[in-house]
Amino acid sequence: MDEGKGCFSSCMASNLTATVVLIITVTVILIRVSYVIYWTGKPVRRTCRKSLSTLVVLGSGGHTAEMLNLLMVLQKDRFTPRFYIAAATDNMSLQKSRVFESSLDDTTGKHGVAMQFVQIYRSREVGQSYITSVWTTLIAMAHALWLMIKTRPQVLLCNGPGTCIPLCIIAFVFKVVGIRWSYIFYVESIARVRRLSLSGLILYKLCIADELFVQWPQLQKKYPRARYVGCLM
Amino acid sequence: MDNAEDGEKFKKTVFVTVGTTCFDALVRAVDTKEVQEELLRRGYTHLFIQMGRGTHTPTKSVGGDGTLSVEYFTFSSSIADYLRSASLVISHAGSGSIFETLRLGKPLIVVVNEDLMDNHQSELAEELADRKHLYCAGPQTLRQTIASMDLDSLLPYHPGDATPVVKHINRFLGFPDD
Repeated sequence: MDEGKGCFSSCMASNLTATVVLIITVTVILIRVSYVIYWTGKPVRRTCRKSLSTLVVLGSGGHTAEMLNLLMVLQKDRFTPRFYIAAATDNMSLQKSRVFESSLDDTTGKHGVAMQFVQIYRSREVGQSYITSVWTTLIAMAHALWLMIKTRPQVLLCNGPGTCIPLCIIAFVFKVVGIRWSYIFYVESIARVRRLSLSGLILYKLCIADELFVQWPQLQKKYPRARYVGCLM
Repeated sequence: MDNAEDGEKFKKTVFVTVGTTCFDALVRAVDTKEVQEELLRRGYTHLFIQMGRGTHTPTKSVGGDGTLSVEYFTFSSSIADYLRSASLVISHAGSGSIFETLRLGKPLIVVVNEDLMDNHQSELAEELADRKHLYCAGPQTLRQTIASMDLDSLLPYHPGDATPVVKHINRFLGFPDD
């Protein structure tokens, strides 16, 4: 009898400990997440004097053209080294970014800085069924995680479409866990005049992007936290 | 806008492009007698159709004798050359084609693909049409648009640039202003 009682109370005790540990863990995570969200979107106060490793997520077609326009103006010495990521089905974008990078080498003569060009699996192709896309999303997430662990960028530049979402979410998780603090900038495509794209909306609503730029004034009115910057094209 | 064609008064080319998409409705529309007659009436002599991944093959024609010369191809690495030699561009609503054409200062009719599910692309074409940089049509209304367009009323598009974005990013990260 006594033995049974003892076991019962020790079970209770371990249950209680587990619950307390769980509550503490969840509280700590929540506090950490709110801390990250609080600091997301807050500009850096101190003057930055060193270069930042930068991940450039290329969309396709028009998206890539807009991103290259942005990179053209970007101070290359501040955003270095640069990693380029494009969807595995998109052969043109990385090609274009390679041409862009090699044109820099010609003009500035800066060699020896490691630039990387990587393709990433897409979570869902146009027209793919939702059932198979569960599986492909998992693979895409694992691949994105692997790439993020390898590069651990300090700055993420993206302008849609969906390819950038897993990478941005992982960057956010890295901030929460304390692996790497990064800054996420999202430029909504010029094609979006009245509504944000799904990617833009996710980053806006979840407060993942530090700055979300839009190219039309109507959009800024509709999404007040976005910043209107005029057309990139 | 048509200064480039002054040297070649008798050749006025219309270039139709669907990019990498499949847009049979547009290819069919420019393949009709009505649209081609309207183009002739507006003084165009040649029609080049870039049909992309579409399955509808237009009818070729050598032209002359009051008919339009019609040629087509699926893809080409020299789209830029076709755009440059065109007097009028009829394009799908992709932002790449739109801005490439506008940058060259060519008159442009954007035809919106009404079959696409998430048709956000019409947003851009309609906005730029409101700002008088181009004409916006559907495959069914293309003929009327060609008939009624007034190319002199189009305003040139001044390309934007990414300087404001980059300035904001730099300021955000604490980089000193140049």
